[in-house]
Amino acid sequence: MTRLRRYLPAGIAFVAILALWEGLVRVFDVQSFVLARPSEIMASFVETSEVIWSAGLNTLIEAVGGLVIGVVLGVAVALAATRWVGVRTGLLPIATAASAMPIVAVAPIMNQWFTITSPLSKMMVVSVIVFFPVMINTVRGLTEVDPSQIELMESLAAEPRQILTGVRIPAAMPYFFSALKVASALALIGAIVAEYFGGPQDVLGQYIINRANLFQFPDAWAAILVASIIGIAFYLLVSLIERLVMPWHVSMRAGAER
Amino acid sequence: MTIGTTTGRTTGTAAAVEAGGLGKVFEGSGSERVVALQNIDLTVTPGEFVSLIGPSGCGKSTLLRLIGGLLAPTSGSLLVNGKTPHQARLDRDYGMVFQQATLLEWRSVRRNVELPLELIDTPRPERVTRAAAMLDLVELTEFADHQPWQLSGGMQQRVAIARALALDPSLLLMDEPFGALDEMTRERMQQEVLQIWTRTGKTVVFVTHSIPEAVFLSSRVVVMSPRPGRIEQIIEVGLGPQRDDDTREDQRFFEVITEVREALRRPDRPTGGERLREASS
Amino acid sequence: MASASPPSSPRLRAPRGSLGRVLSVVGVLLALVAVWEGYKMLGKSAGGMIPFTEIRLRPPPDDRSMPHVWDIVSAMFQPSRRGGDPLWMTLGSAALFTLREAFAGFVVGGLIGFGLGVLFVRSGLAERAFLPYVVASQTIPILAIAPMVVIWGGRIGLPQWAAVAAIAAYLTFYPVTINTLRGLRSPAATATELMRSYAASDRQELWKLQVPSALPYIFTALKISAAASVVGAIVGELPVGASAGLGRALLSYSQQFTAAPEKLYAAVFFCALTGVAFVAAVSLAERRVVGPGDRRRAEAELGAGLMAGAQPA
Repeated sequence: MTRLRRYLPAGIAFVAILALWEGLVRVFDVQSFVLARPSEIMASFVETSEVIWSAGLNTLIEAVGGLVIGVVLGVAVALAATRWVGVRTGLLPIATAASAMPIVAVAPIMNQWFTITSPLSKMMVVSVIVFFPVMINTVRGLTEVDPSQIELMESLAAEPRQILTGVRIPAAMPYFFSALKVASALALIGAIVAEYFGGPQDVLGQYIINRANLFQFPDAWAAILVASIIGIAFYLLVSLIERLVMPWHVSMRAGAER
Repeated sequence: MTIGTTTGRTTGTAAAVEAGGLGKVFEGSGSERVVALQNIDLTVTPGEFVSLIGPSGCGKSTLLRLIGGLLAPTSGSLLVNGKTPHQARLDRDYGMVFQQATLLEWRSVRRNVELPLELIDTPRPERVTRAAAMLDLVELTEFADHQPWQLSGGMQQRVAIARALALDPSLLLMDEPFGALDEMTRERMQQEVLQIWTRTGKTVVFVTHSIPEAVFLSSRVVVMSPRPGRIEQIIEVGLGPQRDDDTREDQRFFEVITEVREALRRPDRPTGGERLREASS
Repeated sequence: MASASPPSSPRLRAPRGSLGRVLSVVGVLLALVAVWEGYKMLGKSAGGMIPFTEIRLRPPPDDRSMPHVWDIVSAMFQPSRRGGDPLWMTLGSAALFTLREAFAGFVVGGLIGFGLGVLFVRSGLAERAFLPYVVASQTIPILAIAPMVVIWGGRIGLPQWAAVAAIAAYLTFYPVTINTLRGLRSPAATATELMRSYAASDRQELWKLQVPSALPYIFTALKISAAASVVGAIVGELPVGASAGLGRALLSYSQQFTAAPEKLYAAVFFCALTGVAFVAAVSLAERRVVGPGDRRRAEAELGAGLMAGAQPA
């Protein structure tokens, strides 16, 4: 009940804003290319639904493919970095520099390496984008374990492998899922931006830019709406998986505020 | 390795702990060399309850960890059950209880007690029975399927004790286990530990800050002093094995407490030479 | 295994001193070059295929797809266009062009973010009313719609640089708002009580206690925003016909890839350099303003909240 009460004002405000937007545009007879009306956007959303959802699916495939590659690599390197300190020290300058660089700039190179028409070229861009946050935060989770828990395992004469599975990995789960949620958002945006550097037309990025170039902004916004819906669904999916894997975590307890 | 190969009740003449000229130095960077322990001679007979007491920096926790094989000595000799501490740890001869209960928050109470058994690949039925027995010993059977965060501090420590006893070790090492608890809970827990001790006959080495606690629980109190960490005096408590709330009001109880307190204060009353040395350290 | 001494902290640790840092950077660069050339060598000897298979190696190790590192370097000193400036100069001015747009947006977004943070701390009403919208603003993937925003800007008469700067500002203001808010609220309760005991006014409390406490947090956000602004600027430059920025360079050089692959690699290198340079500049500013202890504390606290290494693509 309180949750409804909390979001109701925002929800009402949202509807009010939409209504106001629609009204003002009509009253002042604003041109479509200046500011599209919500009704126009919805109309386009319905009319072009087959096209934009098909494009959405293709973009989603690129995002998921890249996410999987990036997460697998990120976790693998994180495990290696946990095991060998040398890997960690070598990785630190690379990771810090990478966080400052515009990774999407490698998109044209990936297009050349993996052929511009293949979704793999976009997946590779996404995987590089996703790799760093996943890797860094998984290492953090695996290594910044409560030292008293490590001491406990040592006192029980546990082997390093048992410490890894018994303490480090469970402790790293919150960090990993946190990174995964961020990564899934980055993956979708990364896929769309990578598409801007060229490739098949049946994807959200190309669709948006094509419609925008023709100043058909309601169509472009409809496609963006599709992207947002996919993004939210993706996030909810990851949250659901997190809840299933970590029912014990502080954030899951009854009455906890997320 | 199955449980029971290390006997719960220590018998025989081999000392549980035998330290001779034991020393531990921590090499910091450059000038940060710390002499944590110097020339420790200590023998703990099987089935004894020994307390280590002293101010901060006297090395009592370090000594406990040396016995437990978590640190290696830099000089002298140390044998636990006639073996090196490292070997004793691998043979799981002892259970440790720390000041923080350190229960793994993603496991239920029951599964926390099962942890040591899992580490030695005990088959599931045996694991479950054994863990249930330990929880029964500390009277927490109804909470077996609760999560650690649902338990109070005292209850969490009881789970930690149950866990330490899971493999039926001959030696129990406890590092200020009740330090984080309030006075009433403390006294209750002390009674429980005593009960467990009399029932199982294990050897216990107990580190504490509290003089009444040390005297109430032990057969002998090892008073330590810092800079460098050393044994100041070992005091026989002589209160007999059966102790309860009445013991706390016993005349002898207060006498021993005073004896321990004086032993603790002794290093603070330096003679001329010691005063100079203290000033320059 | 019994450990002989307390285990050393397993955190990521960099070599000490700036000399150590320079050496480690050089070391990493050399390692990367070695990996590049090594891959080319091995790949070529395997005939461009994965051994024992018919699968083509990707990336292809031939000189057209992966020019030698020294070819890329030497291309930088050759004219980018017939009779024009050397490549490094062309790319350098493109980088400056992009950087100017990014910086303009960065400053505007930073000021707005800081202002909102202060507003929300002073007025709970404002916070309740507007913070949800600030948070909701991030559900719009501005980076994904950046080219569209620029095209739209062009259509309604906005100069291109303004639209790009607006994108950078949008990317910047959110982390700065959140971090300013967090930072302003970070002082310990005892410190606040101390100020009150001196009857400090709200404004004094703000500038003498809250803002200095907030600085480490704000700078952490600024570093993230700096990187994001550069990305936003590059992506925003993509759709427009005539532009002097890095985005355009990336597109034209990919078109010229078959003739001169080195140019694209050089352009990508300059993109990376621009991002790193901007963030480094903010880092330097941070060093002047914030003490090392405060910095470490803020970063440790923010670790989980602002994902280290994450940037909006």
